[in-house]
Amino acid sequence: MRSPIRLERRLEQPKWLNWAVPLISLVVALVLGAIVLWLTGKNPIDVYQRIFERGFAGKKAFSGALEMATPLAFTGLCAAVAFRMGLINIGGEGQFYVGAIGAAWVGIAIGGAPTGVTIALMCLAGMLFGSIYAAIVGILRAKFNTNEIITSLMMNYLAGILLNYLIFNSTSYWRNPDSPQFPKSKDIGARADWNTYKIFGIEMPIAFLIAMLAGVALWFLYKRTRFGFEVSVIADSPKAARYAGIRTSSTIVIVLALSGALAGLGGAADVGNFRGLLDAKGLQMAGYGYTGIVVAALARRNPITTIFVAIFIGGLTKAGYSLQGPDFPSGLVGTLQGLILFTAVAGEILIKYRLRTNLGRATAVAA
Amino acid sequence: MTDRVAVRMSGIVKRFPGVVANDGVDLEIRAGEVHALLGENGAGKSTLSNILTGLYRPDEGTVEVNGEPRVFSSPRDALEAGIGMVHQHFRLVATFTVAENVVLGESGGSLFMDQEEVAARVRELSDRYGLAVDPSARIWQLSVGEQQRVEILKVLYRGAKVLILDEPTAVLTPIEARSLFATLRAMADEGRSVIFISHKLGEVMSVSDRVTVLRGGRTVGTVNTSETSTRGLASMMVGRSVEFERVVRDNPADTSVTVLRVDEVSANDDRGRASLHEISLTVGKGEIVGVAGVAGNGQRELAEVISGMRASTAGRISVGDDIVKSGKARSAIARGIAHVPEDRLHTGLAASHSVEDNLALKNYRTSTISKFRLLKRRAIREQATTLVERYDVKTPNTTTPVRLLSGGNVQKVLLAREFSALPKVLIAASPTRGLDVGAIEAVRERLVAAANEGVGVLLISEDLDEIMSLADRILVMYEGRILDDVPAEGADRERIGLTMGGSNAQEVAK
Repeated sequence: MRSPIRLERRLEQPKWLNWAVPLISLVVALVLGAIVLWLTGKNPIDVYQRIFERGFAGKKAFSGALEMATPLAFTGLCAAVAFRMGLINIGGEGQFYVGAIGAAWVGIAIGGAPTGVTIALMCLAGMLFGSIYAAIVGILRAKFNTNEIITSLMMNYLAGILLNYLIFNSTSYWRNPDSPQFPKSKDIGARADWNTYKIFGIEMPIAFLIAMLAGVALWFLYKRTRFGFEVSVIADSPKAARYAGIRTSSTIVIVLALSGALAGLGGAADVGNFRGLLDAKGLQMAGYGYTGIVVAALARRNPITTIFVAIFIGGLTKAGYSLQGPDFPSGLVGTLQGLILFTAVAGEILIKYRLRTNLGRATAVAA
Repeated sequence: MTDRVAVRMSGIVKRFPGVVANDGVDLEIRAGEVHALLGENGAGKSTLSNILTGLYRPDEGTVEVNGEPRVFSSPRDALEAGIGMVHQHFRLVATFTVAENVVLGESGGSLFMDQEEVAARVRELSDRYGLAVDPSARIWQLSVGEQQRVEILKVLYRGAKVLILDEPTAVLTPIEARSLFATLRAMADEGRSVIFISHKLGEVMSVSDRVTVLRGGRTVGTVNTSETSTRGLASMMVGRSVEFERVVRDNPADTSVTVLRVDEVSANDDRGRASLHEISLTVGKGEIVGVAGVAGNGQRELAEVISGMRASTAGRISVGDDIVKSGKARSAIARGIAHVPEDRLHTGLAASHSVEDNLALKNYRTSTISKFRLLKRRAIREQATTLVERYDVKTPNTTTPVRLLSGGNVQKVLLAREFSALPKVLIAASPTRGLDVGAIEAVRERLVAAANEGVGVLLISEDLDEIMSLADRILVMYEGRILDDVPAEGADRERIGLTMGGSNAQEVAK
């Protein structure tokens, strides 16, 4: 049996493919989603239109998209930063929780401080906790060559258990003693509410601004600094890096710590800017860390694109929540996200290889 | 050899972005001949064989097999037409047996294989062609030479009438190569055709019936081997005659000054086994010290230990009065050790990075290239523009990834970076391997020029001719030890050859 199509490695990867392929992947995902909808008896165009209206159209919808995009931007950057060096950090989820725990601790402890100080200290705490948590994965990888996919994934479960312990199974510093029946954390929101700016009627959380700044800073770090150069050489060829005297082991630890710091910053934003408390259940339900991997894959590891993709996925998710009901299946948005990841990863192949058909030629051989 | 034409390729054109790899190539292969395909790197040999085996499709031109026009859309098509390829890089499953590898991927096979029957057929084929290999052995247990035999058996098993061998001797010892040649001859005598791709003139002269020479993607001509000479082929290949002689230095070595001292250094290989045993050597100012030996006797480990890529387990290395920290490439670079590694594209260079980034790979930490840890992109580009011109690197521009360059230009990028760092010591491991005649000459000139300027060169090579013609002194390595140390002038080839093979190891050691 001869396959009618085959892959031929591209010698050069044209630049336009870098944006065309993700875009096509997205369209394919939407078409596949439409087929699923159509099979379940829904009108796909109608559903998509409603998603668009609720997710993006108008100031209110777009404000919602930005709110939802903020944690995803951080976890997306977390995944993208590690992907760039060929490290697959699945641990954004756990690093996000741990960052939230650290930021909540500081937020509770310094209650009453000026807003600016609170924001700065909570962010620092989130970054510190997230980075230390991720650095463990990095050290294991650098010292013992353990697979970071597995260790980082397992540490997500550990972080989830820690979160449950702090809020549900202990009388920890975080737990609110005034609510013994419904365990929850101490309130932070009242004491440390982070700014949200209104720009052209769109509500812009300060955390989203921080995420944008982080995206630009990372782009600069990877494009213009010695560190970025070292990371790209390691990603290209670890042997060449060793040959050039690049300290690979410490770079692995630093990159993972940086990756974890971004997820931790997202955790801090979740506590300070949005929920106002350490929401153990809510955090684990949201799964920002895993969605962040989808965001980074679709953005093709580019930190600036990651911000835009986060807005897109954020709007989609927001629309999914608000539309949930009898005529709108709750799993639909998740299904769409899964399809997007699937097509984005598949599309990656098209950037490296080109498709060639054997049709027409096959008959010539048979003749 | 008969006059019957087995394969005829006419007017083959194949374009890749920015390059015309084949620009109207004609090739005629007769049944029962060993036909050498000779050409420099980038002459179009690999592209042509990839077209013949169905990996690429020609943009223009026709392929005829036994007089019938054919278009192959996959290697399987080509194999069905009786054309099989023995690749330079083996495609074998290490944990499978020889017999399993031979039937692997066979079309129309049943789900279960009859081990006995396959083994019997494999044995029969290996007896007939002198391809000694045990069908039940697992691939990882075999030497490189034996693995190559398995590759050949694979192709024969599927009934190939035309076999293409892409630089088959690159991985073989001289003895293995001789037995391969006998096999090729046996296959040709049976009426099969062998296409032997090479750029080693001596081999082509000794093994082939006819030679087709390619240059710049075009056919220069086809000649009968008996009617030409090494020199004749060389001039066809490069378009001018090239001399191989012992180099006369304008500025001889000053051995009173030692630039590199290796003192009783031991090291392990990648699997943690001791592969260097208390090696001591010195290289003087402007001296070229050749390290001869059969590959795998510790040469790679020696180069890596000196350049700081591999930690030593004992002993010390110094440049002048400065110690090089064990296993710290950064320290070796800072002490002035330049290194041209064997694996250029993936160790010496970051293949997907641009020419300009690769030229900055070792000096990006210096103040000319970066300030406050920020890269000066403009300085990187200016450095690249200068070096590309000075070292005559042929590249579309400085942002082209080095993996798109031809072998000779890849080496030029590497040499440009290493020489321009003004090193005190240069470790060159097989610096001309796989290059075409023109590029070999250029690389050798650069090495000699560096030595004339006072750089101490440690030239590690399996090519004894190269060492004999360039080195001042020759060390012979065998099983991780230096067994012999002789001046190159008037050195006894026989003795070196024997020592390389370990034959007179005991006598020399005494």
